[in-house]
Amino acid sequence: MNADVTLDCVGLYCPMPISKTAKKIKELDRGQVLEVLADDEGIKEDMPAWCRVTGNEFLGIEEESGQYKAYVRKSK
Amino acid sequence: MTDGKEKVTLVVFSGELDRAIAAFNIAIGAASMDMEVSMFFTFWGLNVLKRNEGEIKSKGILKRMLNLMNRGGTKRLPLSRFQMVGLGAWMMKRLMKDENFPQIEELMSEAKELGVKFVACTTSMGIMGLGKDAFIPEVDSYAGVATYLADAREGSVNLFV
Repeated sequence: MNADVTLDCVGLYCPMPISKTAKKIKELDRGQVLEVLADDEGIKEDMPAWCRVTGNEFLGIEEESGQYKAYVRKSK
Repeated sequence: MTDGKEKVTLVVFSGELDRAIAAFNIAIGAASMDMEVSMFFTFWGLNVLKRNEGEIKSKGILKRMLNLMNRGGTKRLPLSRFQMVGLGAWMMKRLMKDENFPQIEELMSEAKELGVKFVACTTSMGIMGLGKDAFIPEVDSYAGVATYLADAREGSVNLFV
């Protein structure tokens, strides 16, 4: 998936990937896609939950050998 | 107050490192989800907000004794289990550091950066003989139960830690 901005959260535990995502998304324009790299498995549930509450679009998550790439479209 | 944001309140009654970390984690999560977060520190929870350096002065022998035995400050918070005269807290901090998890001071500054409000309970301060000079400058306000309830009744998540 093509992203406009990538945020590296590898090695970080909850709540840091979420708080970093919240800060980073502010730098994006509406419609742009943020890619979040992480290795804390919690991201699989947390990123869609964060999107549900904040009104951003969750585009999906890719998993590859314990590393996750989550995609979020800034929607507001 | 009426900016349409969901409200979250946490009462931090406990003065232990592990419980405080859990409280800050939730506060950071909530603030990251566009919620307005207030943390009310009362009783032993005030230890989390005490400054680490210097002496804490209070009047009267009982209060002086209490603040000597119960000095507080983030660097002195014990674990709620396996404290083992300080070994437990040291071990837990070490484990967190090894795993690149933020120290409690970093969690607090992250919470502040995200707009989390720290409120210190004036009743506990009075009983324990603590003045405002006992606390870190990050405390936003000093208030009582009515302030807490005014926030909590509008809150969608209210927790007691």
